[in-house]
Amino acid sequence: MSVRYPTSSLQALLSQIGPVDQVGIDERVAKYGTRSIKKAAKLWGLRTAVTMVDLTTLEGKDTPGKVASLCQKALRPADDASIPPTAAVCVYPSMVRHAKKHVGGTSVKVASVATAFPSGQAPLSTRLAEVRAAVADGADEIDMVINRGAFLAGEFAEVQDEIAAVVEACGRATLKVILEVSELESYDNIRAASFLAMQVIRPGDFIKTSTGKTSLNATLGNNQVMLEAIRDHYLATGVAIGMKPAGGIRTAKQALTFLIAVKETLGDAWLNNTRYRFGASSLLNDLLRQLEKERTGAYQAPYSFSESAESY
Amino acid sequence: MPTSSAAAKKASRPAARATGRPAPELIFGDLWEFDPAPETADPKLKPRYDLFINGKFVAPKSGKYFDSINPATERKLAEIALAGPAEVDAACKAAKTAFEKVWGPMPGRERAKYLFRIARLLQDRAREFAVAETLDGGKPIKESRDFDVPMAAAHFFYHAGWADKLDYVAPGRRVAPLGVVAQVIPWNFPLLMLAWKIAPALAMGNTVVLKPAETTSITCLKLAEILQDADLPPGVVNFVTGAGEVGAALVNHPIPAKVAFTGSTEVGKVIMRALAGSDKKMTMELGGKAANIIFDDAPLDQAVEGIVNGIFFNQGHVCCAGSRLLVQESVADRVLAKLKTRIRTLRVGDPLDKNTDIGAINSREQLDKITTLVAAGVKEGAELFQSSCKLPAKGFYFRPTVFSGVSMSHRIAREEIFGPVLSILTFRTLEEAVEKANNTCYGLSAGVWTDKGSRILKMSTELKAGVVWANTYNKFDPVSPFGGYKESGFGREGGRQGLLDYCQLA
Amino acid sequence: MTRLPITKTPKVYVGGAFIRSESARVYPLHDASGAFYANIPQCTRKDLRNAVEAAAKAGPGWARRTAYNRGQILYRLGEMLEARASELAAALQLGGATPAAAAREVAAAVDRLVYYAGWTDKYESLLGSVNPVAAPYFNFTVTEPMGVVGIIAPDECPLLALITLIAPAITSGNTVVALASSKQPYPAILLGEMLATSDLPGGVVNLLTGFRKELVPTFATHAHLRALIAVADPEERKTLALGAADSVKRVRLIKAEVATDWFADAAQSLQAIRDTLEFKTTWHPVGT
Repeated sequence: MSVRYPTSSLQALLSQIGPVDQVGIDERVAKYGTRSIKKAAKLWGLRTAVTMVDLTTLEGKDTPGKVASLCQKALRPADDASIPPTAAVCVYPSMVRHAKKHVGGTSVKVASVATAFPSGQAPLSTRLAEVRAAVADGADEIDMVINRGAFLAGEFAEVQDEIAAVVEACGRATLKVILEVSELESYDNIRAASFLAMQVIRPGDFIKTSTGKTSLNATLGNNQVMLEAIRDHYLATGVAIGMKPAGGIRTAKQALTFLIAVKETLGDAWLNNTRYRFGASSLLNDLLRQLEKERTGAYQAPYSFSESAESY
Repeated sequence: MPTSSAAAKKASRPAARATGRPAPELIFGDLWEFDPAPETADPKLKPRYDLFINGKFVAPKSGKYFDSINPATERKLAEIALAGPAEVDAACKAAKTAFEKVWGPMPGRERAKYLFRIARLLQDRAREFAVAETLDGGKPIKESRDFDVPMAAAHFFYHAGWADKLDYVAPGRRVAPLGVVAQVIPWNFPLLMLAWKIAPALAMGNTVVLKPAETTSITCLKLAEILQDADLPPGVVNFVTGAGEVGAALVNHPIPAKVAFTGSTEVGKVIMRALAGSDKKMTMELGGKAANIIFDDAPLDQAVEGIVNGIFFNQGHVCCAGSRLLVQESVADRVLAKLKTRIRTLRVGDPLDKNTDIGAINSREQLDKITTLVAAGVKEGAELFQSSCKLPAKGFYFRPTVFSGVSMSHRIAREEIFGPVLSILTFRTLEEAVEKANNTCYGLSAGVWTDKGSRILKMSTELKAGVVWANTYNKFDPVSPFGGYKESGFGREGGRQGLLDYCQLA
Repeated sequence: MTRLPITKTPKVYVGGAFIRSESARVYPLHDASGAFYANIPQCTRKDLRNAVEAAAKAGPGWARRTAYNRGQILYRLGEMLEARASELAAALQLGGATPAAAAREVAAAVDRLVYYAGWTDKYESLLGSVNPVAAPYFNFTVTEPMGVVGIIAPDECPLLALITLIAPAITSGNTVVALASSKQPYPAILLGEMLATSDLPGGVVNLLTGFRKELVPTFATHAHLRALIAVADPEERKTLALGAADSVKRVRLIKAEVATDWFADAAQSLQAIRDTLEFKTTWHPVGT
């Protein structure tokens, strides 16, 4: 569990965990998109996706009022009471206590980004203090960013040590480690960073693609690389790590395709919100829109379920 | 504490056992079972198909028809005319007249436009053709829809562009068409093989008499409708249908100047013998027993994907299927474990279902052959693994099958099975891999998986095969020449090199 | 008293050595006037088998030579012929060629070698290709020599035709087992000596003399011969094609009954090199 990679070249790390071929991954995930999900399977997939949403607002203009309405949306996504609540709301640390007021005691968790989100460019002590503060305010889950600068400089031990320090600061809160895949660029790097994180986090913690604050966020490709890393780690150690793609997943169709990737890579045990989440905001309304379409058979107008997360 | 992950894994396994924890396993169950998702486009089949000779559908003089069945349901789809010697003769004569009077003299730029038209009309009706192909041959709709039909159209489109640029085909030489070309194609890619065959022949200015396989004639005869819609001059392309004796009559007919055959090595040799002493040119695209070679530094998950694509694509009915997996010993266990996991997620069943990965075996006869060879593998002591997936009650199906512990002397390592059956052998060094890969009478294709670029080029140089897929498998493109070494045949299809096999040098 | 000259015992050049037939058989060669000239090895199917083995052994090394090196060696072979041009011309006159015709044939043979010497490092760039596939792959087609090529030469132009058939095959790295003209084998006997001094590795070109009837069936069926280039009559063509079918051999059969102008520019070409090449296409992903 506490194995640490020494400071070493990426090549040395890859020789241990194996490389990834980009074109091969891209072809693999293209096949998920050809799966055709109908009827009961579609309903199951849409409802399951709803329960996996970390309903997110991460704006400079966030207010307690905005967070309150987000929480209401998370608890009761639609008029239809049979629609389950989302997994969590995801907010900045300063909003944790406001969120906790609304969802505390329910199944909906409060997740908070921390560690100088999204850049992570603050002293470690500051980042750890932010984590402790969010947990103290009632955060059930902490979404941290890794030190990409250290990773790209080959300082793998530093990356791992920092993650380990955040694990400690989390206490009982679940940790989600954001790799910020767009800054790592290659699938090899994403696989390597996944392993660095998984080596020091706990069963039930997550690895997560992105902050949602860069140009490229979750894709089926980087999702697949991380799912395969989780699978390899699980089969080697028995430690089950969760996965959270974040940013860029806006449609129900996309979400179903991501879930197909989970079904065919990690299997049934990952098809629930203790092991798979979507970091998203506008996705939720599209899921609801499609559920309503399945229920009524009619395509929905935009004013029924806004396409803008702003209106939650 | 510097510890390698390998050491960490070694350390963690005994610990897991010591605590009595079961080995971690993935569950691929029915928590999220997909509902049937059948493709519903109308294949627009006719109850009966006649021969296509001189631009018209004509009934055989004998009045004989044979049934084409759906291998997924064993139900009859349509009746196909059985050509007799008289019809073969008529087709060859029509082709000869068309060559001399119309197609041969036609400027290349005009021939090009006909081929472009055919490509476009096929694209228009792509889904209809895909469904027909799947019904007739048993291949999954996702393959006929995403591969066979678009690739067939691409072949017409690519070769169309050559028709007025033939001066660039053979440096320093002028090329001229051969005349009438006789073409005989197999049942594994009925429409695609047809396109591979007729597009370059027509681009070069030849005319064609083609015989599709008797179990898969429908898309060929549907294409005849497109040829009519495209106003292709009568006789430029003729289709005669039936079994081996029709093919024999065609290749032995005095008119064709060339015979192009795709099929088994056995039948290829029969044709070569039959044509010995004649002046007919030939190209032969025959069998294979390709090695797919995995080195220990390969991207293993993508390699597993490539193994799956290599042997289960089109139920393994692929002449270039990666049917012999050569894995470096140090990663053999890991690759086999990953492969088994992957195979558990393959969906075998109704070819028309959009989620089907592996469809129906093309015919009862082929199913019997696969069954026999698999039994031989078990008898010879190889270790059998089969997917536990459910198979439909009716129709011809075979589970994805993997044999490990196979040695080069086993029948399953030497004979072309032409089904979803993989034989796994191991190797220790590059030299051993090359030796095992080349130790076969075939030489159609090979796969190499390694992260090291220079090793790829070394392997590509050493492997005696016409196509080498490095870190991929079973990829095709009209621009990419395809064809074999040794007893996998001669001549190439696709690319500039393929065109050369349809011309004479003036 | 005039000195009695010693005569040379004709031997064939196989595997880099000068040998007699394993059968110890010979057949007499007469000059144009009908006088006995020498005894020529009557090679058998076993000699052919041995020659194929020698060619197969030499094959990988020859194919691995750089194109530049193969070009220099072919040119060197031309130098050897040029240096012994009068001897070769005399050999051709044995078969009745006029001195002028013999000299012309030798000159053409030398020029043919020079022609192919210049091709060794160029044909690939014209025959191979990079193919723009519609997917993220780098796809290229290169040529490779077929391996051991069997060559059956005609009786006319016994030097020029033989060289015209051999040279394009070895240009690309094939190795060759060639049957020389039965009627006029002596130029091939001399050619062996020039091959031996030309830097061409032993076994790359193996020359047999003997009777076509005896050897054609073995050329046809020997599975290790991957290609056959033969000037043959209709019956021989059928035999060769039938035998070739057993191992799916590549054949290019030139009609013996149709006159070939071995001197013509058309007798040498890039396409002749292509006749003994395989095409190999490699796919590789372009990614990170």
